[in-house]
Amino acid sequence: MTDKTTLRHTAQAALVGAATLALATTATAGSHGGVNYEGQTIEFVIPFSESGGSARWANFYAPLLSEALPGNPTVVVRYRPGAGSTTGANWFQEQTTDDGTLIFGTSGSTQFPYLLGDPRVRYEYNDWQVVLASGTGGVAYLPPDEAAKMDGLDATGLQGTDYIWGSQGATRLDLVANLAWEMLGMNVEPVFGIEGRGDGRLMFERGEANIDYQTSSAYLRSVQPMVDEGLAVPMMTWGALDNAGNIVRDPTFPDIPSFKEVCEATPACATEGDAWDAWKAFFIAGFPAQKMVFLPGSASADVVETFSQAFDDIIARDDFDTLAEKTLGVYPQMTRDGAKAAFQLGTQVPEEARAFVVNWLEESYGVTLE
Amino acid sequence: MDLLATALPALGEAFSLILQPQQIAFLMLGVLLGLSVGIFPGLGGIAGLSLVLPFIFGMDPVSGLALMVGLIAVVPTSDTFASVLLGIPGSTASQATVLDGFPLAKKGEAARALSAAFIASLFGGLLGAIVLTFFILIARPLILAFGTPEMLMVTLLGLSMVAILAGRVPLKGVAAAGLGLMVGTIGESDASGSLRMATYDIPYLTEGIKLVIVGLGIFAIPEIVALLRQDRAISKTGGLGSGWMRGIKDWFANIWLSVRSAAIGVVVGVIPGLGGSVVDWIAYGFTVQSAKDKSQFGKGDIRGVIGPESSNNAKEGGGLVPTLIFGIPGSGSMAVFLGGIALLGYDPGPHMVRNNLDITYTIVWSLALANVFGAALCILLSGQIARITTIRFTLVAPFLFMLIAFAAFQSSQSLMDLAMLLLIGCLGIFLRRFEWSRPAFLIGFVLSSQAESFANQAVQIGRIQFRRDFWQGMEYIFSPVSIGILILLVISVVIGLRQGKHILGDSRPPTGSKRAPLIFLLAVTAYVAIAVLDASTITVLRDKIFPVTIGIVTLIACAALLIRMMRVPETDPVFADLEAGGDDAAAPHGLWATLSWFAFLLALSALIGFVLALAVFLMSFLRLRAGISWVRASILTAAGVGVLIFLGGTLGRDFPPGLLQDVVDLPWPLT
Repeated sequence: MTDKTTLRHTAQAALVGAATLALATTATAGSHGGVNYEGQTIEFVIPFSESGGSARWANFYAPLLSEALPGNPTVVVRYRPGAGSTTGANWFQEQTTDDGTLIFGTSGSTQFPYLLGDPRVRYEYNDWQVVLASGTGGVAYLPPDEAAKMDGLDATGLQGTDYIWGSQGATRLDLVANLAWEMLGMNVEPVFGIEGRGDGRLMFERGEANIDYQTSSAYLRSVQPMVDEGLAVPMMTWGALDNAGNIVRDPTFPDIPSFKEVCEATPACATEGDAWDAWKAFFIAGFPAQKMVFLPGSASADVVETFSQAFDDIIARDDFDTLAEKTLGVYPQMTRDGAKAAFQLGTQVPEEARAFVVNWLEESYGVTLE
Repeated sequence: MDLLATALPALGEAFSLILQPQQIAFLMLGVLLGLSVGIFPGLGGIAGLSLVLPFIFGMDPVSGLALMVGLIAVVPTSDTFASVLLGIPGSTASQATVLDGFPLAKKGEAARALSAAFIASLFGGLLGAIVLTFFILIARPLILAFGTPEMLMVTLLGLSMVAILAGRVPLKGVAAAGLGLMVGTIGESDASGSLRMATYDIPYLTEGIKLVIVGLGIFAIPEIVALLRQDRAISKTGGLGSGWMRGIKDWFANIWLSVRSAAIGVVVGVIPGLGGSVVDWIAYGFTVQSAKDKSQFGKGDIRGVIGPESSNNAKEGGGLVPTLIFGIPGSGSMAVFLGGIALLGYDPGPHMVRNNLDITYTIVWSLALANVFGAALCILLSGQIARITTIRFTLVAPFLFMLIAFAAFQSSQSLMDLAMLLLIGCLGIFLRRFEWSRPAFLIGFVLSSQAESFANQAVQIGRIQFRRDFWQGMEYIFSPVSIGILILLVISVVIGLRQGKHILGDSRPPTGSKRAPLIFLLAVTAYVAIAVLDASTITVLRDKIFPVTIGIVTLIACAALLIRMMRVPETDPVFADLEAGGDDAAAPHGLWATLSWFAFLLALSALIGFVLALAVFLMSFLRLRAGISWVRASILTAAGVGVLIFLGGTLGRDFPPGLLQDVVDLPWPLT
């Protein structure tokens, strides 16, 4: 990343820090006086195995949380993998721990089956209380000779090529990419059954795939070197959400156009109508609010306040940006109202958008959600 | 010599970085943790790394790397204890070691088998480290030569090992492998999520059956039950025949075998996406194929230990190559390791290899040193630990049930894990009883999802390549690498078919009436037939084609077996039935009575939770079955439960809850 963005983020952090400080002084005086976790253990449960991005995210926050919570409790990350995270989420739905010794972390993979009405989903996001939302972004990229077929932002030149890419599955986060490319009139055939986005990138490097996308942290780490060597060219980001809910350029990649810009410049694509609404709904559910930390619905207001304050304190740390950059990328880490707003965006899609995607999944990939 | 000019100075610098008291201390800590975690079956590098990960953040990079690499490097060393001494595959990398290691322990040669295994591990680990040193600088283009068709070929090469491991009746081996492949397809398909032999009403099944559970069920349960029926020590002689020096001599006598197997380990480890669970089988298969006298394999041939053990440590060095230069983990533990490196402030990938070569090479040194420390410690301990084989097995078995139940529960932390373990255990008991090759079943199971994914992907990508241009498609599918592996594959099948039947010698298996083997064959046939019918209702072609094709091949094998059963007399090996003669028939305790002790533990867990059930189970087993005094039984029970709670507590793991826990809120560990 460039020095400019670092600077801006330092400035942002300073602002947030100042605000939190003000909040903290008022908060300690008042509401959450009774909560103290001295000598206790807090379980941070994630519905994934030890090896995924969510594990990295949870292990990043666990030690920081331990420092920030009153009484410095031990925070342990526990893994409850299964069925692409629905098993763990169904389990959490039944928990009634109200003292804050149990928190739960979800990701886009937990949100999508919920949004699509997957029959295995027995959990209800609205029963839970959000205390943190972490965002991320994604970048699509092409081999140099394919990227040369684009006319500025107009992707019409790409319509004549048969594209292949490695995909984790039609109903996963990858649906955002599949739908975007289809809207541009491109002919992209997903090769299903790879185990992680890293495998998809390897297919691209081997020349088996000729298009791919990675989430931001993976892009910065692994694709940027390929771009520097002239082996890949970024095509577009999925964009980022501003405070008014508009899609804007991803602040981590200010030089790469967003899908919205490319779509506007491509005659085959429209930034309104059913397809666009559906894409936007699922992009918002999958990226700007990708990972969230929840307390069970039964947790008291004091406990919720204690955790919100702890996350505020973590984000306000002087070294937070440096620490977060490598693991999380430079994306908003939202608490309180910000987290609630992200939660609303991430867990609701209009019925028309849902119906559109369910129908599209069946028509394009033969996937039914029965 | 550009390569040497780059590598050597960095290697020297890394050596001085690692050779500090603090770094060595962390390395030793990692080794000790790795050895302790690896000793428990079902726990491995992932569990150990999760234990240290919270402390990695903020450590100095070399110490952190030494800690993590020390831990990863020795897990495939210490997991040998369980495989050799108890017949329990300590981890997926040690499954093949059980085949000859455990029979050696039964012969009273546990110390010999262990020391041979450890010295082979050491050698493999060092070779892996050397390869990592140089290969990491040049491997990128070589690894990129392994596309989907090539990976499919390597997967098929792994499957071809079924030919040599099929046992006395090759058809049974084929049917067993087919059954393994079919069981491997249970659950949501990788490609499009269609359900195979599963329903959303039982969410557990949609995830598929876990490798840990299948490994424990197919190998550990049948062996434990069979031994328990005898009521004696694992070592038939009751003593320890030859000592650990003998094992080291054995290894030296087979040093070329060790070199070859380690090379296999490195190569399979280097290819990302294949996973470590096939490497020991490929090494074992090649060991058997290349041996002149095959009569002792499966009965306790030391070469059957040296081969797989040389390969599984070498794999870790190989596996670090793609992990470090592509940032793509080759296994679960590598994925956690990548996360750990990121916590230390480094980004694995070409950048790290180029700009932080000295730091990268501290990984190589840690790997080498950890292998030396780990193997030396294990060899020193092997004489003592091997004594477990001289203890009356009835006193050991309940604790083994405890360990495998705990290990199985780690896979999805559901009581269903235990039920599935019992079910697969029953299948394992029948496979063993009727001499259906268990290795063949396991190879089929392990490779099932890989074979399906790679086959589907290769076909899909190939089709698009052909559409563009015929020759481009041909070039894609039949690259020099895939032709090379194809030749190897054909040789492997031919040798396997010709020589496989010599493996168990010429002795005839005990046979009884026709009825029992026939019923088992019919049950297998019925299951496969139902699975095929079920798969044929799937609408998505790419989710359907694999189970239907494999199912039909398996059904043909079953039909051929059925015809053979109708035409031959009941003394034919096809009717092999271990209950009809030999050790099992002469055992003082019945099969089902013994197994029901385990079922009792599971049923009780479902009622009152695992920890309470375990206390009741240990107590009653030791008193009633083993017949020891109440006092001794209480002491042993307390010790067993204590160890388990300590293990669960340190690793941050829960225990299976039962109905009781639904009604009353109990404190941990009773929850």
